[in-house]
Amino acid sequence: MSRDLIVHQAGPGVTVQDPGRPGYLAYGLSRGGAADRLALYEGAALLGQSPDLAALEMAGTGGTFEATCDMRIALTGAPMRAQIDGAPLAWNASHPLPAGARLSIGPATAGVYGYLHVGGGIATPQILGARSAHLAAGIGRALSAGDSLPVGEDRGHETGRLLDPEDRFSGGEVRVVAGYQTPMFPDEELARFEETRFTRDARGNRMGVRLAPDGDGFAARAGLTVLSEAIVPGDIQVTGDGAPFVLMAECQTTGGYPRIGAVLPCDLPRVAQAAPGTHLRLRFVPLDEALAAERRAAEARDGLRRRLTHLTRDPRDIRDLLSYQLISGVIAGNEED
Amino acid sequence: MTDTDRSEDNAFPRIGRVGTGGLLVSFGDRLSEAGNRAALAFRAAVERETPEGVEETSTSLVSTFLRIDTLRSDPAALAREMQALLDSRDWYAADLPQGRRLWRIPTIYGTDLAPQLGEAAGEAGLSPEAAADEIARTRVRVQTIGFAPGQPYLGELPDHWNIPRQQALTDRVPLGALVLAIRQLVLFSVSTPTGWRHVGQTAFRLFRPEAEEPFVLRPGDEVIFDAVGRDAYDRLRDAGPDGGATCEAIR
Repeated sequence: MSRDLIVHQAGPGVTVQDPGRPGYLAYGLSRGGAADRLALYEGAALLGQSPDLAALEMAGTGGTFEATCDMRIALTGAPMRAQIDGAPLAWNASHPLPAGARLSIGPATAGVYGYLHVGGGIATPQILGARSAHLAAGIGRALSAGDSLPVGEDRGHETGRLLDPEDRFSGGEVRVVAGYQTPMFPDEELARFEETRFTRDARGNRMGVRLAPDGDGFAARAGLTVLSEAIVPGDIQVTGDGAPFVLMAECQTTGGYPRIGAVLPCDLPRVAQAAPGTHLRLRFVPLDEALAAERRAAEARDGLRRRLTHLTRDPRDIRDLLSYQLISGVIAGNEED
Repeated sequence: MTDTDRSEDNAFPRIGRVGTGGLLVSFGDRLSEAGNRAALAFRAAVERETPEGVEETSTSLVSTFLRIDTLRSDPAALAREMQALLDSRDWYAADLPQGRRLWRIPTIYGTDLAPQLGEAAGEAGLSPEAAADEIARTRVRVQTIGFAPGQPYLGELPDHWNIPRQQALTDRVPLGALVLAIRQLVLFSVSTPTGWRHVGQTAFRLFRPEAEEPFVLRPGDEVIFDAVGRDAYDRLRDAGPDGGATCEAIR
């Protein structure tokens, strides 16, 4: 029997994503992978499987899906309105997806990137060691109606688990470390940078996100021409108009604009998940503080399994329960406690 | 950094930080033949030594980049280790990498397929014919692969080709476009907007994700962009991903 996830309808930004393709920087190919990598760990924790397995990343809105056999799913990242055959589903939770049922995932209610994980992972063929679509490099493509995705063998059974995620869907403070080009900016500009409130611009995608400053833009010292150099996700380029541009998972591998600093990898999901209009502040931290934050974030990712709780109802009964209007409390999974 | 920049220390080589987990070993603040060789040789040395915590390395024009797993390795300690390696020899005197190849890539210059040849020639003070002839006769070297997958930066052209990038971006040049600025050529591996001028067009595919060798060119390889006519180009375009290109070992 085939074990596929059928796409009946998909929003414009639904792609297969995993942790990406490290190791090809020297060939001009950036790592790519999920825009919000923490969501991959959350989905893995909910389903009790590896975070290296591929999931569907849904930018802004999801789509309608059907499984060809019984599967388990988990929903993480930007909370979206989700239903199975019309019955609402809790976000940040794992659920059974019976064969033939219609899973529909609507627009995000906060954040940008939602994730649909399946037990066993999406098992499309690997290209250069990963399944991630890397649209800028011409690897893979956005999904559309009629696509059918193979799903790997699932050794797990549990569903009905719930996770209280780290809130990264409403902007806030983002930590930044200085880099070798930071001294190109005068000290007073760096101070003003930290005091500035930024608004996530409508211009943003998997390659990078523009942050519009309240007030004047920023400029490196006059007359500077910068040699194109290696860049990494999180780097904050200051382009011609003075607005910072935070590079994301699918950025190019070299760039010639001066970089004022770099967002900590563990804070990058907060930038990725800032919907247009969301406010962000950027604060420099010393390298040792940044490294300690990265270690804590790694420990938190490793400990996600221990933080799971149970949905208030056995989700195997949800569809029946729904018809009796008994599930209030279950649908509130994306609200604040 | 440029000469006009305030600088406490303009000495090269030097080691800088990129993000939390990157080290950049720079061999200059502008493109130079010696700096390019130094960057390639230093990267090769790091790859041989495989220091603990270095996840991957790359080069840009005159620098070597190291990506570090900060959970496994202390970047400050690794920077000290790299400084010791840097001090161990004169990297600017290093040879070019082994196994280099000479590629000949058929190219159509000008026409509607490469509409900015005339403009670029004007900037260089040449007629379009003389410009195309000179570019086609210049054997250029791959200085780095970067920006997009498999995409080479090639140089250098004679000094009169030190022309700036155009102010406004061209909306989109096609895959295989040969573009020019600041004495360098770039052969595009993706279709992209650019400020470089589109002087030639090839049918050469630089990135072949499904192939055994997905990235075709390597730093150090040399290329001649042979001029061909429209009929020949149209035939080569349909002939496969090499677009008629040939390759031989450089001895």
